[in-house]
Order: sequence, then structure tokens, then C-alpha cells
Amino acid sequence: MKSSVAPSEGIPLQKTIPIKQTKRFRWLLISLVFLFLSLFLLIPLVAIFVEAFSQGLDVYFEAITEPYAASAIQLTLLVAAIAVPLNLLFGVVASWCLAKFDFPGKNFIITLIDLPFAISPVISGLIFVLLFGTQGLLGDWLIAHNLRIVFAVPGIVLATVFVTFPFVARELIPLMQSQGIQEEEAATSLGANGWQVFFRITLPNIKWGLLYGVILCNARAMGEFGAVSVVSGHIRGETNTIPLHVETLYNEYNFTAAFAVASLLTLLALITLIVKGFVEWKTKQSENESQSEIG
Amino acid sequence: MLFKQNRALPGFGLTLGITLLYLSLIVLIPLSGVLIQTASLSWEQFWETISDSRVVASYQLSFGASFVAAGINVIFGLLIAWVLVRYSFPGKRVIDGLIDLPFALPTAVAGIVLTTLYSPNGWIGSFFDSFGIKVAFTPLGIIIALTFIGLPFVVRTVQPVLEDLDKEMEEAASILGASRWQTFRFVILPPLYPALLTGFSLAFARALGEYGSIVFISGNMPMKTEITPLLIMTKLEQFDYAGATAIALVMLTISFLLLFLINGIQWFSQRHQRSARK
Repeated sequence: MKSSVAPSEGIPLQKTIPIKQTKRFRWLLISLVFLFLSLFLLIPLVAIFVEAFSQGLDVYFEAITEPYAASAIQLTLLVAAIAVPLNLLFGVVASWCLAKFDFPGKNFIITLIDLPFAISPVISGLIFVLLFGTQGLLGDWLIAHNLRIVFAVPGIVLATVFVTFPFVARELIPLMQSQGIQEEEAATSLGANGWQVFFRITLPNIKWGLLYGVILCNARAMGEFGAVSVVSGHIRGETNTIPLHVETLYNEYNFTAAFAVASLLTLLALITLIVKGFVEWKTKQSENESQSEIG
Repeated sequence: MLFKQNRALPGFGLTLGITLLYLSLIVLIPLSGVLIQTASLSWEQFWETISDSRVVASYQLSFGASFVAAGINVIFGLLIAWVLVRYSFPGKRVIDGLIDLPFALPTAVAGIVLTTLYSPNGWIGSFFDSFGIKVAFTPLGIIIALTFIGLPFVVRTVQPVLEDLDKEMEEAASILGASRWQTFRFVILPPLYPALLTGFSLAFARALGEYGSIVFISGNMPMKTEITPLLIMTKLEQFDYAGATAIALVMLTISFLLLFLINGIQWFSQRHQRSARK
């Protein structure tokens, strides 16, 4: 029985704080945490699935397979399939540059990469309306060339790329900084070229962090609501992503269908959390391995 | 070349070029559109838009609710981090993993489920309703949603600091006769201040900009439950681009200040720690 404030050997514990009282205090704190997390996390999580299945399996499957839902799912997959690889490539390139080299203005660039995190999603959408909307800076040019970006798929892709921009880079920069450049320098001095160094030395070292960054980026790309809502125009079957479809159903008082579609996004969130747990476990394992190698 | 000394690895010029190009195309150039659009307003128009009574009411609500929610997150975030780091109990790993749910769950989903639960006939809302307290469609509902959204920040900033904290200090304090409250107040809490402040600012910044979950639970009544991001949305839907941009500029300025504040706190506490170790 470990006590949080137990003094080391030799000094009787009772003199400072009675064990019984400490134990009661501990359970009080744990119960408080459980109560708070139940109200905010557990009950909402359960409620999503209860509401989704409240009218039976048939209604559930009908809600997630009807044509509008199917087209929303398709659009969301398309958007993620463009946004995630783009930001993955950028993340790797940027962290190579920012973690492996020292140059003036580096910290400023890292702050700039964080910008999309600091901005309200509504503003993230607004900036693309200001650029590409009919009254926007490039509006006349786009109309003259018969191009449509805002209230169409390209706008949704752009807004999603903007919002998910920092995820991979944010995950990789501290990781690559902590690993240093000795291994890469050794490989280079032995005659390896840049690609060989990256694929044989750097990539194996960062693969778990990279996976986590990608999975977070993907979760946000598929779940983004505010920014996409501004640029989408809410055209059913055309520019509705899954979160926007949920909103449409909810505002039509079609609650069961809204929760059924929302349960898909919830599953995605849970998978994201499981992958995160797995990556953390793997990282800890490889840390222990490298420590035992040294020892 | 100016900084040639540590160029042992290849690819610096190429990767820096791509980074700056992509950053400019995706982030900097689109953002500068806000400034250009605001420049089309005269100073009087700009001031009139951002000081309109409906807009000011939305600032008050957004700041007030975000402040309270971030405060709740500091108290419960510290408690959760403490329980997770210091105690062991069944289900601890599941709880630890679930803390990040608000990061992973799309805000629209959070919005509809919290609204359903906390509305007067919902599972939790009906309980409060029997005491005459309305949660959904009031500022209280907004605070609930913002607390949910900001929940992981304080836990995740405090947790690593608490893990590194030396338990011997607490033991020494209690041997020297400090009460549990004194040990907490004077030994445990001071090293946590930077992490708590960072967590608070992160949760506050996130709450200020939050839109997806609030739009469902707030009821969106002008002057009463209308947050600033929603007002931007309303102006956009009325094709009042200049008005929307003016309010957006106010929010952007505040977000940037918060971002620099957060980076400043982290930079300061890192330096402080380093000099303390020496």
C-alpha cells in the first residue's frame, strides 16, 4: 500500500499523516475525478451510441447508407485523401529543415506553423471566402475563367488543408530535435546520399511519431466543422461532408439519423485514441530498449 | 553563403524553400487577405462595426464563458493529472486514454450530444431542470461545451511536470510538520505554475475560437447567447464581408497575442528550469 506522502524508511508514518485519513482522502479525489469525467466524457460517449441505435439496427443502417449520407462519406474520404498526404509531405520536409539545421528565424517559422491552431475555425474558412468568393480578391478572375472554389469541393479541400496544416510537423519537430543529427552525419560521412540517409536512418527513428501525427491530422480532416461550414455552402449531396450532414440532420429534428452518422465519426475518434495509446507504448518500449543497450 | 558551418547534412536549401513556399501559399497569403479586406473600410466604419452593442455583447460572452471554462479546466485538470500520476486504481489506463477524446471527437458531434444530454428533457439536463436550472440554450450550456473542448489541455501540460516532481520534497515538508494543505500550497503547487498557466492559456485560446459545439448548445440568441465566431458567421451569411472581416481581425489580434504569450511562458519556464538545474 503506497501512500502519496509516505516518508522514507525509519520515520513512522503515523506521526505525519494517519494512513486511514490519507486513504479516505485519496478515494475522495478519485471519486471526484470519476464524477467529473462521467459528466463530461463517459456519459456523452455512451449517449451517442444509445441515441444512434434507439430505433433499432435497420434505422441505423438506413441512416448511414442512404444516398446523401453516402455522398457525404465519399466527399469526406476524398478531402482527407488530398489534405492528409499534402500535410504529411510538408510535415516531413519542414521538420527535416527545422530540426536538423540551425538558422536565424527558426523559432519564428515554428510559431508560424502553429498559427492555424490559434485561429478560430470560422476565421480559417473566412479567409478563403475573402480570397476566392464572388466579392473576394480573386473573385472577378475566377468568374471570368468559370472556376468555382468557394461553395464547392476545392474550397473544402483548401480549408481542410489549412486547418490540419500543423499536425504532422508539430509532432515531428520535437521528436527529431531530441534525436539529434549524429546518426545522420555518420551515414553521410560514410558516403550515403540524402535519400538513403532519410529512408534508412531518419524514417525508422520517427515512424511512430509520424504515424501519430498522420492519424491526428486525419481525424481532424474528417471531423472539421467550422471552417468547412463557412466555405461549403451546405449543398446536400454535393458539398456536405460527414460533420455537415450531421448538422443538417440535427437541424431537421432527425435526431436518430444525426446520431447514427455521428457514431461513425465517434468510432474514428476512438480508433485515433487507440492508435495513440499504441504509439505511446511502442515509443516507451523502444526507449527502454535503447537504455538497456547502453546499460 | 551565410551559415555554412553546420551543413554536414544535405537538403537544407531545398527543404527550407519548400517549407517557406507551402507556408506562404497555405497560411500567410490567405491570412493577409483579412488585412487587405479590412483596409477597404474607413477607420470610422471599422470602429463602428467592432463596437456595435451586439458585437460587444458577444465579446463579453465569449471572453467570460472561455475564462470560466478554462478556470474549471485548471482546477479539474490539476485534480485529474494528480490522480493519474500519483494513484493507481482500476480503469486508470482507459481514463488516461479517454482524456484526449475532446481532441479527437469532431466538434459537431460533441455539440449535438452535449445539447441532447443537457437540454431540459435530456439525461443530465432533466436533473438540473428539477432544480429550476436551465443548462442548454443558456450561457451555462456554453460553459459546459467549452469545458469539454478544453479538458485535455491542462491535464496534458501538468501531467509530465508532476511526474518529474521530486517526492522527497513533499516527504521533507511533512516531516518538518507541514500540514497536507501547506505541503500542497507551498511545495507541490509552485513548480506547477508555468504548466497551469500554459494549460489555461491553451484552453482559453481554444475556447475563444470554438464554433462547432457551441452553435448547437447556445441557442444563438443575439445579445444573450451569441458568441463572436457565430456573429462572424451571421455577417458572412448576410454577405457583409467587411463587417465579418473587421470582427475577425479583432479576434485574430487576440489569438496572436495569446499565441505569443503561450510561447513566452514556455520559453521563460524552460530557461528558468535550465538555470535552476545549474
